[in-house]
Amino acid sequence: MRAVTVFTARAVPLDRADVDTDQIIPSDWLKRIERTGFGAGLFSEWKKDPSFVLNDPRYAGAEILLAGANFGCGSSREHAPWALEDAGFRAIVASSFADIFRNNSLKIGLLPVVIDAAIVSALMRAVELDPALEITVDLQAQRLVVTRVKVDVAFAIDAFTKWRLTEGLDDIGLSLRHEVDITRHESGRASWSPKVA
Amino acid sequence: MTATLSRKVWDRHVVHRAAGEPDLLYVDLHLIHEVTTPQAFDGLRLAGRKVRRRDLTLATMDHNTPTLDIDKPNPDQIATRQLEALVRNCKEFGIRLYPLGHANQGIVHVIGPQLGLSQPGMTIVCGDSHTSTHGALGALAFGIGTSEVEHVLATQTLPQVRPQTMAITVDGDLPDGVTAKDVILAIIARIGVSGGAGSIIEYRGSTIRGLSMEGRLTVCNMSIEAGARAGMIAPDETTYAYLEGRPHAPKGADWQRALDDWRSLATDPGATFDREVTLNASDLRPYVTWGTNPAQSSTIDGLVPDPASFSDAPRRESALRALRYQDLKPGTLIRDIAVDTVFIGSCTNGRLDDLRAAAAVLRGRTVKAGMRALVVPGSAEVRERAEAEGLDRVFIAAGFEWRYAGCSMCLGMNPDVLAPGERCASTSNRNFEGRQGTGGRTHLVSPGVAAATAVLGHFAEPKDLTS
Repeated sequence: MRAVTVFTARAVPLDRADVDTDQIIPSDWLKRIERTGFGAGLFSEWKKDPSFVLNDPRYAGAEILLAGANFGCGSSREHAPWALEDAGFRAIVASSFADIFRNNSLKIGLLPVVIDAAIVSALMRAVELDPALEITVDLQAQRLVVTRVKVDVAFAIDAFTKWRLTEGLDDIGLSLRHEVDITRHESGRASWSPKVA
Repeated sequence: MTATLSRKVWDRHVVHRAAGEPDLLYVDLHLIHEVTTPQAFDGLRLAGRKVRRRDLTLATMDHNTPTLDIDKPNPDQIATRQLEALVRNCKEFGIRLYPLGHANQGIVHVIGPQLGLSQPGMTIVCGDSHTSTHGALGALAFGIGTSEVEHVLATQTLPQVRPQTMAITVDGDLPDGVTAKDVILAIIARIGVSGGAGSIIEYRGSTIRGLSMEGRLTVCNMSIEAGARAGMIAPDETTYAYLEGRPHAPKGADWQRALDDWRSLATDPGATFDREVTLNASDLRPYVTWGTNPAQSSTIDGLVPDPASFSDAPRRESALRALRYQDLKPGTLIRDIAVDTVFIGSCTNGRLDDLRAAAAVLRGRTVKAGMRALVVPGSAEVRERAEAEGLDRVFIAAGFEWRYAGCSMCLGMNPDVLAPGERCASTSNRNFEGRQGTGGRTHLVSPGVAAATAVLGHFAEPKDLTS
């Protein structure tokens, strides 16, 4: 995973609430066994509508998705963040995210940025007026800044995840530092705990 | 010090805890399937890692398997490649696999409880959001992504931030014809698709206590449709009676020791929840979803709503989009909506009790001419036991197709899909756009409503059928 620190990019506004992962990447794409190449399937059904905002050439190359509340609800498919990542997105900005989608995104360094719904709406309107508007996401400072429209807001992230993302660390390696604790826990498990084999 | 059920189970599994960090949780059972694992195994190979606890990991095939001609070569080569990857990975890493054709094969959330592997007080994860199902037995069970699958394979742990707690209490007797499916659809209608976000729901109250284990599995299954991290029900005599004698349930002296332990799991009197919601069961009716998320529903006696009636702008927009997609007009009676496909199955309603409920409605009746109707049992064992009771013959005589076990038309990864514009009464869990096939229209219902709808050709409850 590449380290996430600070970046400045243009954004595309997807003004819909409760966007589910079946829309982000339809299930047909889930038969693939590769880890890359899902960008072509991103919102593939909605993209059949020429007026869909992700078809608008003014937003080509945007690396931030401005989205409605509860983004990424539904299925646990990590293919959804993979598709967004593969299509060039580095952060999703919304007033809330579905829990599993948020976890999956944080695993791969796609940053879910939670800010107040009114500010998300204001940013959507600003980006609709000026698709070239640049937004800065600063993970280190935990701030989202859009100088031109005088937005400078904090966003929350736990200290551990922030450290892992800014250093680009392997999550599994971090857990394996607690090997002794894991083994100790295993020796204390109940005798009747079911075993598969 | 008092504690809730979920907090007790959580705390028992904390391997490492430090300020400013997520808890490192031990995983007692890891269920895997073909769709969300190939990249996880690739990750293990790349890093030179092994599976830490093969004995706590079980694989099956369910999501993209065919439900017809399962002994013949699968014409879907991409699906075949994925199924073969699971076989190869399980062999290489030493994981037990119940493949298509095996007596224990089935939807991952049906076989866990059925084998007695899902038990009270355990932590259970799977790369599938409906893992919340297993919470019906008093386990803490939640869906994870593929990076987390790899993490559990390598470490048998997961770093997790402890969710909040939410109590949903349902009291009273269920009216005739109202099922566990209607209870959970009513709950989701009440709290919304993100109403449980960031929380573990504990379902409580006399209605929940009165549900069979299969009904409880249906309720917990759809916790994720309210956005919850997990759903749980405290174990009780219903749970123990369900588990006793199952292949992986504790035996002999261990059974007694397990019971003593499980009885300590219930939420202590006086323990508090971050949020509480209560529903009265006697108010409930059979539910039918009209929209494209599981909260957009009405009772069967109701109408398709007018989006203008929603005061909240995002909900209004969402209802407008949903009615356009579903091709429905505001004010239409739910019973007046014609249906051309009926699907009975899935991890929500693909268990033996569900099939019995549908068959009871269909016995001596036939589906409406032109109706496509499918029964897909949740597991090979459900299929076998249903056949032993003669349910297959009831379904076939009524005009249903009797299929092999799998996820099937719940998510449309195998050939069982809706054509664009087809309208389906489905016992599954998601009515998202295109969920059952591109352009398909899904309405979520209980098995009884699905069966009655198949007979009349429009939404109906069993009571609507004349003898």
